[in-house]
Amino acid sequence: MTGLSFDVAHLLAGGLVLMSFTLLYQDRLSALINVFALHALVLALAVAWQAYVQHAPHLYVTAVIALAFKAIVIPLALHRIIRQLGIHREIETVVGVGPAMLVGIGLVALSMVVMLRVTEDADRLAREDLAFALSVVLLGLLMMVIRRNAVGLIIGFMSLENGLVLAAAGAKGMPLVVEISVAFSVLIAFIVIGVFLFRIRERFETIDIEALDRFREARE
Amino acid sequence: MMAAPAISLLLACVGGLLALGLGAIGLAAIGLARRPRTGALIYAASGIVSLIAAAVALNALLSAGPPALATLPLGLPWVGARFRLDALAAAFLLVVDLGGAVASLYAIGYGAHEREPQRILPFYPVFLAAMNLVVLADDAFGFLVAWEVMSISSWALVLAHHKDPANRRAAHLYLVMASFGALCLLLGFGLLAGPGGGYGFDAMRGHPPAAGVAGLVFGLTILGAGSKAGLVPLHVWLPQAHPAAPSHVSALMSGVMTKVAIYAFIRIVFDLLGPPQVWWSVVALLLGAFTAVLGVLYAMMQTDLKRLLAYSTVENVGVIFIGLGLALAFKAENLALAAALAATAALFHVLNHSLFKSLLFMGSGAVQGATGERDLERLGGLIGRMPQTAFAFLVGAMAIAALPPLNGFASEWLTFQAVLVSPLLGTTALKFLVPAVGAMLALAAALTAAAMVRAFGVGFLGRPRSPAAQAARETDRWSRAAMFVLVGLCLAVGVLPGLVIDALSPVAQAMTAGRMPVQAGQAWLSIVPIAESRSSYNGLLVLVFIAASAGLAALAIHRFASRAVRRAPAWDCGFPDPSPLTQYSAGGFAQPIRRVFGGFAFAARDVVDMPGPGELRPARFTAIVRDRIWETLYVPIELAIGYAADRLNRLQFLTIRLYLGLVFLALVGLLLVLAIWV
Repeated sequence: MTGLSFDVAHLLAGGLVLMSFTLLYQDRLSALINVFALHALVLALAVAWQAYVQHAPHLYVTAVIALAFKAIVIPLALHRIIRQLGIHREIETVVGVGPAMLVGIGLVALSMVVMLRVTEDADRLAREDLAFALSVVLLGLLMMVIRRNAVGLIIGFMSLENGLVLAAAGAKGMPLVVEISVAFSVLIAFIVIGVFLFRIRERFETIDIEALDRFREARE
Repeated sequence: MMAAPAISLLLACVGGLLALGLGAIGLAAIGLARRPRTGALIYAASGIVSLIAAAVALNALLSAGPPALATLPLGLPWVGARFRLDALAAAFLLVVDLGGAVASLYAIGYGAHEREPQRILPFYPVFLAAMNLVVLADDAFGFLVAWEVMSISSWALVLAHHKDPANRRAAHLYLVMASFGALCLLLGFGLLAGPGGGYGFDAMRGHPPAAGVAGLVFGLTILGAGSKAGLVPLHVWLPQAHPAAPSHVSALMSGVMTKVAIYAFIRIVFDLLGPPQVWWSVVALLLGAFTAVLGVLYAMMQTDLKRLLAYSTVENVGVIFIGLGLALAFKAENLALAAALAATAALFHVLNHSLFKSLLFMGSGAVQGATGERDLERLGGLIGRMPQTAFAFLVGAMAIAALPPLNGFASEWLTFQAVLVSPLLGTTALKFLVPAVGAMLALAAALTAAAMVRAFGVGFLGRPRSPAAQAARETDRWSRAAMFVLVGLCLAVGVLPGLVIDALSPVAQAMTAGRMPVQAGQAWLSIVPIAESRSSYNGLLVLVFIAASAGLAALAIHRFASRAVRRAPAWDCGFPDPSPLTQYSAGGFAQPIRRVFGGFAFAARDVVDMPGPGELRPARFTAIVRDRIWETLYVPIELAIGYAADRLNRLQFLTIRLYLGLVFLALVGLLLVLAIWV
């Protein structure tokens, strides 16, 4: 792999991690959705670059799916939903921004240490890529843990899934990458639009997931 | 017969038993299993198949050929289901299948009274087949699967009379203890297989583990096999589960299944684990001695006849473990002849116990069938009403009490011979320990005699203590036939111990690399374990002496005393005897023993409530016997598990975010482990 293609791949994967951090501290819902769109756009670029570098045309399909579906359709739909629900001006966080960022940095360091050590004999690009992808996954999980709002939860889940797609695309010769990304996208579409928001709204008149806990008779 | 057809025939027998189980399920499904004839048919077929297998095993044991191997394309794909028939397996197969054949014969008659035979018929042949498979298995996977099938089918048999809450409780406890034992064996085999995963026994035999790991495997095996065999303090399930099953199954569980557990111990410790270490024998000896003494003390306290017999099984397992512990000690110090003597004694006792304990359980089953009672305090006077059962039970009781010329004496005598050569041992600790263990063995033997006098005397002699005992009738022909087969075997083995010792010598040789002197050449069929100058025993001579003296005494009495039969009231201390309850009771018989040992073993207390002068209420005497092992070991475990379960129950009711957080923390924790240690 030449220097330039490596650097560009590195840049795009790093950009994805950066976007994950941005997601982490974004407490306005509409801005959160916009950042997610950007997250998906960076992912699409990264996958497309991998397709170009690896001469794997099927990866272009994944990139187009990421672009069209996650960077355009889902953000537009989410904007529509929060406007319909009248929560587009809401602000919500659970953990403060500072601690969240610190934990996030720790997670990135952890994934670097783990991945670089475990994959010593792998391809250099794949190693970096896997480390970044694991960081994105962990940051997405962190976001799911610290958000209270269902929209935040879903965006956390989708950014986690973006990390998985990045890992799949970066690992050269991995089979069924396209299929996996399609399957995930369908899954997310179902969660986002079909079931989650409207059901919660219908039943509990709110999309705060604490309402679900009340329903389950949470005992803390 | 050559070795290879033998193992195929045995596997065919196992297949036949499994097919019988499946057939019984089919018959139960279409409602035919309730008919008595169906039950008799299934028991008869099981008995015939077991008899064939026993004959094959006996042939294999006597011919002493090289081990026969067989592999079936079942089980783990890269191991297959391997089977091996060597001397050790043949000896235990003989015990298993002989017991199975006689129990089936008994069940043809006994099973006819069963109210819900469809709960027993499918599991009975499967239970027999699984015990055969455990002994035949030659890889850890097959062994454990067969072991678990054995546990679960016997659990289902314990649960046959599930309407009684005590039986349900016993079955639950049995299931918990069986799972614990299987877990220990699983871990032990895992350690034996090593990181390479060689689950075949030949691979384990070829690469015995290092000393530390071997010790760990030994401990796990003691726990796993000991919990099935009934070693104190893992015996708690046994006296509850064995009596709960139908009597022919009780006979199998007590007489045969505990032997399969002992087989597991021998197979792992003597065969797979490499050279033994001295401390193993110390553990086995101590556990065996405590098991023997505590088992018989518990037996002494019981008034439930079958529970008494189950505790006596615990005692006999202790005796067998003393023999095995001695064999380990001698083997660790390279005293091959003494090790062979001790191992032979243990194996001999395995055979004997399977004979007389099956006999006694069958007798108690016949009593239960005739009277509906198991409580000694409600029996009595049965010798007049069930003379043949009483005779068979008496022979079994004398055998288990180690009276010559019966078989129990021969094996316990051999065990004592092994104790007596302990001065040869080099380790100081063993030099002191073994005589102490011998003393405990003697104590256990004496107490067994007392317990059996109590069981027979209170149960069969005197006057009936309940209307049910009054109305008892002799049991059916099949049951009596099975009991008399065992009576004959007890006597034959007791009179001709030399033949058994010779037959067992290849097994002992495989276990200890030593060989006892051949007994067949001894004059007058006596047995000489080491040398004539040291000790010898002649069962035949004892039998002839007993027969001659008893005959002479009877002749003299009938010759010189009056022949007239005189019936007169029994002496009643001057009081007219109003009730059979004034007879000597089982509780009263046990009281001296309870006074002596009860304090430390049972925290026993006698509470006497004596009304003052002028009060009209009756005086009351209450004997309180507590189970110290249950209270000090199992109650805390039960409480701890309950406490932990209560705490963990809160995990069911967390918030979604907390669940996500737990997943997240688990992931990060695992990654941290990876980052730090890999």
